[in-house]
Amino acid sequence: MTFEKFIFYVLAFVLIAAASMVITRRNPVHSALFLILAFVASSGIWLLAEAEFLAITLVLVYVGAVMVLFLFVLMMLDIDVATLRAGFMKVLPLGVLMMLAMVAELVFVVGPQNFGLEKFAAPARHAADYSNTAELGSVLYTVYMFPFEVAAVILLVAIIAAIGLTMRKRPETKYQNPTKQVAVKRADRVRMVKMETEKG
Amino acid sequence: MHFDSSILIPVLPEIFVLTLACIVLVVDLFLKDEQRIITYGITQIGLIFAAVITLAVVQPDAQIVFDGSYVRDAMSDVLKVAIYLVSFVAFLYAKDYLKDRGLFKGEFYTLGLFAVLGMSIMVSANSFLVIYLGLELLALSLYALVAFNRDSKQGAEAAMKYFILGALASGMLLYGISMIYGATGTIRFDELSTALASPDLNNMVLVFGLVFVVVGLAFKFGAVPFHMWVPDVYHGAPTAVTLFIGSATKIAAFALAVRILKDGLGELLMPGGWEGWQGMLILLAILSMGVGNLIAIAQTNIKRMLAYSTISHVGFILLGILAGTQEGYTAAMFYTLVYAIMSLGGFGMVIAMSRKGFEAESLDDYKGLSHRSPWFAAMMLLLMFSMAGVPPTVGFFAKLFVLDAVVSVDLTWVALVGVFFSIIGAFYYIRIIKLMYFDKPLDDSPLTAGMDTRIVLSLNGLSVLALGMFPAGLLSICTAAFAG
Repeated sequence: MTFEKFIFYVLAFVLIAAASMVITRRNPVHSALFLILAFVASSGIWLLAEAEFLAITLVLVYVGAVMVLFLFVLMMLDIDVATLRAGFMKVLPLGVLMMLAMVAELVFVVGPQNFGLEKFAAPARHAADYSNTAELGSVLYTVYMFPFEVAAVILLVAIIAAIGLTMRKRPETKYQNPTKQVAVKRADRVRMVKMETEKG
Repeated sequence: MHFDSSILIPVLPEIFVLTLACIVLVVDLFLKDEQRIITYGITQIGLIFAAVITLAVVQPDAQIVFDGSYVRDAMSDVLKVAIYLVSFVAFLYAKDYLKDRGLFKGEFYTLGLFAVLGMSIMVSANSFLVIYLGLELLALSLYALVAFNRDSKQGAEAAMKYFILGALASGMLLYGISMIYGATGTIRFDELSTALASPDLNNMVLVFGLVFVVVGLAFKFGAVPFHMWVPDVYHGAPTAVTLFIGSATKIAAFALAVRILKDGLGELLMPGGWEGWQGMLILLAILSMGVGNLIAIAQTNIKRMLAYSTISHVGFILLGILAGTQEGYTAAMFYTLVYAIMSLGGFGMVIAMSRKGFEAESLDDYKGLSHRSPWFAAMMLLLMFSMAGVPPTVGFFAKLFVLDAVVSVDLTWVALVGVFFSIIGAFYYIRIIKLMYFDKPLDDSPLTAGMDTRIVLSLNGLSVLALGMFPAGLLSICTAAFAG
């Protein structure tokens, strides 16, 4: 076993273990932390596959930004795990049955007989100065320009939808008005009081 | 690198709708609440312009631009114009409803236009990537629209269900797409059909991917057994949004199915009998017609009833697609367009019957409508007869063409099942007519719908009759869409 293969198996094991922890933990914060581990492990696998840019993006975007926000939300919400788990045992047999069927199908189809090395040869290794960021960039705005623009519109819709659904005008909320704060004069805030000196 | 700007011409409708949506978004920021009618006006005029532009860029031949991402052909022209016009009518009906409930805000039109853009992109997609992005654009806008009435618990619940099941369906679709990509090495529909024609392909992986793709499609269509979200979403969403989801998006769902199943995976119609998508679609169609029609009978809420009726109509649309012939696709397209018109009218009536502080959602609210407003009772009569498939309304011809296409590919038993279930389905449509004409009204207040709604609703009802008398025009448009 080459060292690279060894690394792959270690990362794959960590990934699968972390992923199963995500769905079995009772505490959602623990699940989220294991999800971060799963992201890191899969970004390692991507590095092995020479997709360096995607690997670093996965860590930066998902671990750095998305999961932090996610943890933030989880800690702000008071999630009652007991009610969520109330119907769990009742649907468990059906779920396990479905899972076994899916896993069997997956093993049957996505196995070496259909996707083995003799069907798809391993890709050639790229030279050390090969930049897959440049490769991605060169197709992103040419071949995939149209899908790229559509994806941008989807992000815009997400912003509009999120603001539209959550922004409420509450008259009772206190907020600061920067314009007023900046324009304030000394006379508005400070009142000089002439006091007589105390005698005695 | 050279950029040929003439490739932008076929994409003009999408560019226009996107610009329109952004203009509406910005203009609306500067309007006061009482000026909101301007947002509405810009949206409506824009949609008409979008339809005109679509017609203006029509070319006799199909054009594939943006390195195979985008296709403009006869089918996309027809479906886009239909989507723009149906959305126009849906927004028109929605206006008074939104005004009465304090929901008359710019976001409705912004999100609505983005949904229209998403549908347009789906109609013109030539690769799995683009069709998926179009679908997500549509779905994301719709999730927000379903939850548009933030004070309604039902709306929030419906949006949540829609969101989770929609995400699940997208996951299925993507997984299937990845399998198909693994087997063929392409995601472009035109390349896919050539790749599939080669004999040394791995059928097992393809069929596995196909199953997931069809399941994803069925979720989006709302076909049984993936229909659970339909009644809840139709019921929980504001009627103005239900109207939009029930009409325009069905056209997009049809485009989604045809692009993927015909343009992309047409070669997989039936490799070895039931293994291809025909067998799966037969199951979906029969279950949809059966479950949709039977459960609709038990409903007392008209929005839920129309939701189950949608499921049964989806069964009929799938029936046309599964024939897999040019005749079948034409019939399915005819059915989809007709269904969009009928659904607009049906939900339009629900809106016209409602007023401030009162939702005409119960079937009992339709009792004695003929005393309160004989004209609108007559319109509802036409729409219900058309949904049931009674001649001379156009619903009859829509069903007839679909059944004819199915019989001509020797699936007579499927056609018979379809007829059987539509006879059962006729019961609940005709029950509404009985309530309107033979029962005493619960309240005698006249309808309060505005003049624009009245006029368009009348045209909508009459169009069902007119198209039924002269179906040849619409049929020839549909035939031309799949010719050659």
